[in-house]
Amino acid sequence: MSLVIQKGTSLRADAMQRLKKNHAAVLGMYLLLLIVLAAVILPFTPLLADPNAQDLLVKNTQPNQQYWFGTDHLGRDIFSRVFYGGRISIAVAVLTTLVAVSIGVIYGAVAGYASNKVDALMMRCVDILYGMPFLVVVILLGKVLENMTAAWAADLVDLFTADTDSDDKINAVRTAIEPLVTMVPLFLAIGALSWLTISRIVRAQVQSIKKLEYIEAARSLGLSHFTILFRHILPNCIGPIIVYTTLTIPGVMLFEAVLSFLGLGLKPPNSSWGVLIKEGADMMLTNPWLLFFPSLFFSLTLLSLNFLGDGLRDALDPKSSKD
Amino acid sequence: MIGKLINRLLQGIVVLFVLYTLTFFLIRALPYGPFQTEKAIPAHVIEKLKTQLGLDQPLHVQYIRPLKNILLEGNLGVSTRLEGRPVNEIMAQAFPVSIHLGIMSMILAILIGLPAGVISAYKKNSMIDYLLMATAMIGLCLPSFVIGPILAEYLGRSKQMFPVMGWDVRQVSTWGLPVFTLSLGYAAYLARLTRSGVLDVLSQDFVRTARAKGVSTVKILVKHCLRGGLIPSAAYIGPAFAGIISGSLVIEAVFQVPGLGRHFIKAIETNDANVIFGIVLLYGALVTLGNIASDFLIAWLNPRSRAQS
Repeated sequence: MSLVIQKGTSLRADAMQRLKKNHAAVLGMYLLLLIVLAAVILPFTPLLADPNAQDLLVKNTQPNQQYWFGTDHLGRDIFSRVFYGGRISIAVAVLTTLVAVSIGVIYGAVAGYASNKVDALMMRCVDILYGMPFLVVVILLGKVLENMTAAWAADLVDLFTADTDSDDKINAVRTAIEPLVTMVPLFLAIGALSWLTISRIVRAQVQSIKKLEYIEAARSLGLSHFTILFRHILPNCIGPIIVYTTLTIPGVMLFEAVLSFLGLGLKPPNSSWGVLIKEGADMMLTNPWLLFFPSLFFSLTLLSLNFLGDGLRDALDPKSSKD
Repeated sequence: MIGKLINRLLQGIVVLFVLYTLTFFLIRALPYGPFQTEKAIPAHVIEKLKTQLGLDQPLHVQYIRPLKNILLEGNLGVSTRLEGRPVNEIMAQAFPVSIHLGIMSMILAILIGLPAGVISAYKKNSMIDYLLMATAMIGLCLPSFVIGPILAEYLGRSKQMFPVMGWDVRQVSTWGLPVFTLSLGYAAYLARLTRSGVLDVLSQDFVRTARAKGVSTVKILVKHCLRGGLIPSAAYIGPAFAGIISGSLVIEAVFQVPGLGRHFIKAIETNDANVIFGIVLLYGALVTLGNIASDFLIAWLNPRSRAQS
């Protein structure tokens, strides 16, 4: 008689295996990694020209060997603008999502764990915020923050370039700082407004977990509420949180693009994918490549994130069977 | 049921009140006033205008006055940008266009999304399922302001199938493209929700029982699964309506639709407080109504949620 010992698999390894079987999700993951790495690393290499350098001699050039993605009406290199723009779009989306998820998780966890009265009150607040016409409020907010952030950006650029007179260096610093400083406050605000859905998800999760026996055991051991909630309950909600985070990032990227399209957010000459798409749409007739390349990278990123998010949900969903 | 409705409507009033307060302070925080024109206005004229509009009064008076006018008379005051035109009149002109765009898009999104989702679930893992879901994914990832200009260009300008500008409710061709463009993303999301919702129900025991009894697949799908399978979609209708209502801002800019969006952007740029109040509150009311409708739809579809509340 032979004894077959089957090695147990942890939940995480199990989920990983299911994710690997999902080709769309894996492809999305690699594509996303590629785009993010390109957007993060390329601006530090000499491969990319200055995204804001104008050369009117080569304006409106079709894609060719020197300008892979062509140039716009001011002779700026679109290849370089797409990656610099991507860096901004991705950074802003990740930051905003982190803010939203942090607030949502903590709020939802506390509401789910708290007594019925506190829970009802907290969720009523969420209901009220749900009734807000979000885009409309954000547009107004964007206008309010616009001048303020522009002033901050100018101050910061002055601060960092106080010891130099070289225009090149000042320009380089400005390219690096200005887009982030002008956008971050607005998007922090957006993050602070878009935690509602995640808080509902986490609350439901916490409510079902807190009735389990091991929580009762933890309570009878005399652990504090804080420890029980953050050490013993929340780690078990990590699946939905990861999934929701992956699915929120594309939403925020789309939102950034919408705001740029409406003329809020970034100011020229800085670029994000939204700005580039808007500029491209304006000149779609004569220079279609101006719309094509930014839209391509934007859509590919969204597609990858969505595929990855779907794959993660299927992999981490406790209901899905082992097959 | 009626008690719940009243409860929700009261909550809606709280929403609008919070919204009004928020908007009030945001408008005050705008870095420019309502009297910025290319030619400088003499100081004494500005003083006069401020007195006329009540902008020289203390903050709490400024806060209460529009609120009182809106609540007691339904009067939103006059626009500062369009010199003395009543805001009610501006809204009465532009709102029908915006709401037509919004409701038609919602209907179209449901008409496309639900059947696509049900078919996809019914034919799970078949070619048609993959095709539909891939299309839905693309629909989710291509923003409307990319699709919009492309459609306007190729179907509108070069093929002359649709006029690119103008708006006439009686002629579908004038509003077909904006409605279609706006509905795409929501149709895609609804299709995905419906598919997963129906699949969820299909995997339940009572479906197996029905199948064992020899009930036909179509009958199982329509009679036993649709109701439960539509709950996630019904829950999304509220947020979707909110999204469509504000998404129309973008579509109106793309297709030059003479709706509220145009007025809103201009009003913000010129600090036209009364117009901003009017439009923000109207959008807030619509979003709230959409959420309430969504909740009651869920309650109708899912008897269990009725018992709980």
